Amino acid sequence: MAMLHVVNKSPYDACNLNTASSIMKEGDQLLLIEDGVYGAMKNAKAESLLNGLKVSVLGPDLAARGISQDKLVDGIDVVDYAGFVDLVEANDKVQSWL
Amino acid sequence: MGSIEANGKTYETDEEGYLADLNSWDKDVAEVMAKIDDCELTDNHWEVINFLREYYEEYQIAPAVRVLTKAIGKKLGKDKGNSKYLYELFPYGPAKQACKYAGLPKPTGCV
Amino acid sequence: MSDAKKFMYINRKAPYGTIYAWESLEVVLIGAAFEQDVSLAFMDDGVYQLTKGQDTSGIGMKNFSPTYSALGDYEVSKIYVEKESLEERGLTLDDLQHLVWEDEDEDYAEKDSIRLVSRAELADVLAGQDVLFNF
Repeated sequence: MAMLHVVNKSPYDACNLNTASSIMKEGDQLLLIEDGVYGAMKNAKAESLLNGLKVSVLGPDLAARGISQDKLVDGIDVVDYAGFVDLVEANDKVQSWL
Repeated sequence: MGSIEANGKTYETDEEGYLADLNSWDKDVAEVMAKIDDCELTDNHWEVINFLREYYEEYQIAPAVRVLTKAIGKKLGKDKGNSKYLYELFPYGPAKQACKYAGLPKPTGCV
Repeated sequence: MSDAKKFMYINRKAPYGTIYAWESLEVVLIGAAFEQDVSLAFMDDGVYQLTKGQDTSGIGMKNFSPTYSALGDYEVSKIYVEKESLEERGLTLDDLQHLVWEDEDEDYAEKDSIRLVSRAELADVLAGQDVLFNF
């Protein structure tokens, strides 16, 4: 019963990423969108929250914020809107941490 | 919402006559907008209109009058970078009126 | 200028996710017409507002990052960026836009607007202001 966890807030402005990453179970996936994409940046304080997680991030939201691929934590999957839909389909449930 | 006809084309405007879509602008609609205000567009008018379009393209805002005046002075010379000159060209207010003809939204802070 | 008040706009939110960043910029541009002594501070997620290379074509929102370059035209030349906030987010000054203003008294010489300050230094800057606006 895999779950897709969606986070749309900056990890420095809200504790959503903190909660999501600590509640995620084996096989669950994390998708970062909107201001949540800041959580995907490397050399940053929130970076360690992603340790051991399967993480995707929405490309158009990265581009809007001027975050290039080389700024991302290694192993993160960048998806477009179609990829967002695929993730929703591939998981049994979606949990949006608003 | 209103609209303006120019050269057989229809342009949507807001209630104050500013173009709804910046990208729908062309010289024809500028001429027609000016005619409605009883204003004939000369090369001097076009200089300012083109300047505003370039400014918007670069900074994504229409400049305040004070900023416009200074920038025009720097680009086109001191004899043009003063409010007397600009108000003669655009008696309804250089920022407001010239921005309208340039297809830009009303300048930020203009009431 | 002696009776001008010192206005400080404090920006602490990321762009696009909320409307604060753009609202602040609009208020600054409107306020600049009143010839006060204006400063801007960017701290916490506010430092994200100044990153270069922003392209909003994929999210259907206005890209207002080019507007920060117009601040110099509005005689806003003091832009404080907090060092700790940048570092925490894995950013350096190189990731931010290069913002300048032109000094009329020195034949329009271009000067840097951004001043990198520590939290302690920013505290002193804030203490010296007359009015603080928060966004």
